[in-house]
Amino acid sequence: MLNIIAQQIVNGLIIGSVYSLVALGYSMVYGVIKLLNFAHGDIYMTGAFVGLAVLTVISGAVGAGWTGIILAMIVSMMIVGLLGVVIERIAYQPMLNAPRLSILITALGVSLTLYNTVMVLTNGEFRAFKTDLGYEGISLHNIQISYTQIVIVLATAALMIGLHIFISRTMYGKAMRAIALDQDACRLMGINVNKIIALTFFIGSALAAAAGIMAGVYYGSIHFFMGFIIGLKAFTAAVIGGIGSIPGAMIGGLVLGLLEAAGTQLPFVGSGWKDVFAFAILILLLVFKPTGILGKTEIERM
Amino acid sequence: MVIKDLNTTIEKTSMDKRMVNWSDRIFEVFEDTKVKTGISTLLIVTSLALPYFASNYVLEILTNAYFYMILCLGLNIVVGFAGLLDLGYAAFFAVGAYTTGILSTRLGINFWLTIPFSILFSAIAGIIIGGPTLRLRSDYLAIVTLGFGEIIRIAARNLKITGGASGLVGIERPIFFGMKLYQNQHFYYIFLLLVFLAVFVSYRLHNSRLGRAWEYIREDEDAAEAMGIDRVKFKLYAYITGAIFAGIAGSFYAVKMTSISPETFQFTQSVNILAAVVLGGMGKIPGVIMGAFILVMFPEIFRSIGNMRMLVFGIILLIIMIFRPHGLWPEKNN
Repeated sequence: MLNIIAQQIVNGLIIGSVYSLVALGYSMVYGVIKLLNFAHGDIYMTGAFVGLAVLTVISGAVGAGWTGIILAMIVSMMIVGLLGVVIERIAYQPMLNAPRLSILITALGVSLTLYNTVMVLTNGEFRAFKTDLGYEGISLHNIQISYTQIVIVLATAALMIGLHIFISRTMYGKAMRAIALDQDACRLMGINVNKIIALTFFIGSALAAAAGIMAGVYYGSIHFFMGFIIGLKAFTAAVIGGIGSIPGAMIGGLVLGLLEAAGTQLPFVGSGWKDVFAFAILILLLVFKPTGILGKTEIERM
Repeated sequence: MVIKDLNTTIEKTSMDKRMVNWSDRIFEVFEDTKVKTGISTLLIVTSLALPYFASNYVLEILTNAYFYMILCLGLNIVVGFAGLLDLGYAAFFAVGAYTTGILSTRLGINFWLTIPFSILFSAIAGIIIGGPTLRLRSDYLAIVTLGFGEIIRIAARNLKITGGASGLVGIERPIFFGMKLYQNQHFYYIFLLLVFLAVFVSYRLHNSRLGRAWEYIREDEDAAEAMGIDRVKFKLYAYITGAIFAGIAGSFYAVKMTSISPETFQFTQSVNILAAVVLGGMGKIPGVIMGAFILVMFPEIFRSIGNMRMLVFGIILLIIMIFRPHGLWPEKNN
């Protein structure tokens, strides 16, 4: 029994890491331009496919071991980050003063476009994410933890610490936080708001790409519809933590991962109901504590 | 604050100016009362006479278009009239379809008698979803409705009574005054009648006290509340009305298809309906009808490009939203 609980905690932490990374992108974009970027799940999916493509290309030179994967991850984070900026420029920039519903529909349009592009390119098939990592790992009192799992958690932690330092210590991070508070005042203070928004999209998309590659390495196969459910879960995670809050997104992802892992073990809840469990948490949370764990209470404008 | 308002005003006026272009002028023609009456009469007569000379394929597509028009008109009450974003509208449609499906296959109840139950259950679903969530901010509401939509679909897939993943099959065709309704023409007329009914109800609601309250809430919630409009109550009414539209459409969908499965009520279904409403012009009844028509016709026209067509649909949706953020045929007072 204890073993099962410990194993589920490990599983929950790993899936939670992926949720956190995707949730960060949601939360950052929401914080800066108050947009629910519905396409974010599809950016994660695109990241996985770009990662696989890059890995396939460079594996001839460096192999598909850790070096190859890390290189592929860095390259595809750059590519997908730029994709995020292009999306922002083409689809969201002209819409910032349009009605809120229209910009949400635009986000859905971006999502449809990405999703269907990948579907057409891959013929809607699953693609194996082949690596040379193997399944070795350590086992502690019958709990199996593969090296891949350890590296996923460590890499997530590294990315998050890096992001935290970036947001809290650099000028760009400061500008980002300022824009979240008051965009017009920032413009008056001489901050290049458009540049910072683009940067936010770059970082959010790059993190989603990293999460996509991690999920690919972890599950061993990727497909064009993998982004949809993760997008929803990551949003849930962002809300659990308090949307707009960066540490909140990190905590929210882990909390959701653990809750989900725990939920599948409940006696009357099978794995078929796993997703219901996540949404039920989301709804209960929104009804009783809409600001999430770390979110600030927002005072309604009068 | 003042600067911010000024800024948005300036940007808005420049945007409005840009938007007065050729397509606006086209739609302006339709605003003339004489043209309006003429065109609607023409449309009504054509749609009534169509089964006498159109092929089965055309009838099938049009029936499908009518079905989506009912759903879009229902969602338009929530999104267009009251300004609430709903991303799980397919859930209400599922409630109606499953109510009819379960009552007629498991209990053998006559189809016409299942409709009141569909109305009742979809209204209850509307209250359950809307009740606790309508106090939330609009984008949170979007996600909660999305979550509920998925919960209903997953529940339908996992429960025994709904037939699990394979769904319900063998739903009885309805009998109307001793005549069994099964031909394309029959359903064509049924759905056409429902569209007329939905349009009528929509117009009546739009011009009623309720409709004005919704409009007020949509334009400025706080001012509406200050004027004594109970916003949660009125939002809930919008939600329930929208749910009932979808519930009735769902019932008729179940008997037309004779089988339903959870995969019909996926998130993409909700997105398609919403896209049609926004594309056509939120709150504008003819616009919404046009949106539903485009939604159904698009895949048919672009059948030859196979699985590329949803990609093209996504790109076109983007282009339309960027250049006409209020929809193709927006309401005037925007």
